[in-house]
Amino acid sequence: MPTNVNANAYDEFIKGIWRENPVFVQVLAMCPMLAVTNSAVNALAMGLATFFVLLGSSTLVSLFKSLIPKQVRISCYVIIIATFVTVADYILQALIPEVHKELGAFVPLIVVNCMILGRQEAFASKHPVGLAIADAMGMGFGFTLALFILGSVREILGNGSLFGILLFGQHFEPWIVMLLPPGGFLMLGMILLFFNWLKEKKDKVRAATELATMEIS
Amino acid sequence: MSILIKKMTQAASILTLFAVLGAGLVAYSFQITQEQIKANQRAALLRNLNAVIPTNLYDNQLFNDSRQMQNEAFLGTPEPVMIYRARKGKQPVACVILPIAPNGYNGRIQLLVGINYDGKLLGVRVLSHQETPGLGDNIELRRSNWILKFNGLSLTNPKESGWAVKRDGGIFDQFTGATITPRAVVKAVHNTLIFYQHYRDEIFK
Repeated sequence: MPTNVNANAYDEFIKGIWRENPVFVQVLAMCPMLAVTNSAVNALAMGLATFFVLLGSSTLVSLFKSLIPKQVRISCYVIIIATFVTVADYILQALIPEVHKELGAFVPLIVVNCMILGRQEAFASKHPVGLAIADAMGMGFGFTLALFILGSVREILGNGSLFGILLFGQHFEPWIVMLLPPGGFLMLGMILLFFNWLKEKKDKVRAATELATMEIS
Repeated sequence: MSILIKKMTQAASILTLFAVLGAGLVAYSFQITQEQIKANQRAALLRNLNAVIPTNLYDNQLFNDSRQMQNEAFLGTPEPVMIYRARKGKQPVACVILPIAPNGYNGRIQLLVGINYDGKLLGVRVLSHQETPGLGDNIELRRSNWILKFNGLSLTNPKESGWAVKRDGGIFDQFTGATITPRAVVKAVHNTLIFYQHYRDEIFK
């Protein structure tokens, strides 16, 4: 039933962005999240590189899932992921050398991004290609979005600029701490707080409606 | 037993298959990106070199006319340091040395020092560093003009005692809250000039 599959794919896509966002909800991949989000450009490049690796790996793993023996599946996933990471590294180096230099060791380190390996083990290896792609795109987009939010906020507060364009003129005193690791932790903590507050509010509303319907029936 | 061996061979061959496929994909992407990557690196290097040596000063290919020299005491690292040589009509006119200031506030500071033939500084730039953002990173040109203070200086101008930050009795400004970073850069540039004076003939050989 094509409509059903489409609805499922859409749901898998949306889940990665909101309900199961890898950063804000699952709190995975904290290392790149804190390390490269000192500017919006770096965060975006890192997010897109991770998106590319996740999409490529999930597609391949899902295509070959019946072929991969259970005993060596993790090794297979790591080989596939490492391949895409190396390709992404070359592409970044060729297209945006300055950003690549700033990201430094964190591009090769995508190999050990637990979110990517997690999606292979938990999803791509158990679902058909279409759903695996939807899931990878959702998770990748959710991750990119999270990095971009944190990167933009830190750059705006810490440098007074966004994408290198000064926003506030000469009189703005930048909050240097936002560019440093403590600022990253602080900002991430606040964003997590905000997300959890939103979630709790939503849960309360749902519980209240459920209670109401139960009483009526 | 034979079932176990069969399973193992199967797993190993599939793993090998993935490794070969992966290597092929990596080789292919390397093939199509390497030209661009090399061109980028060369352009970045040339941009840096031309920041301290104006293009009208020389007529040779800077990145083809280079040599490496090793001197931990003056160049700040036990590894060989790149030196690019600029010539006009075969006559040496200037060189760019890439020394390291080993004692920054947060590790090594990679510098680029342009010196003309008679030992005057053409300019200094910072290639990479991990100094504190907002404090120590004023050594970068995009943060402040501090680094331009070196232009035109030499070992005799100022005299030895002047080659220090103001707090140490020299002529160079320190930054509020960050004295260690400029101190390290001043020291490294001074050492590079001393190195140049000692080894000038060898540098251009």
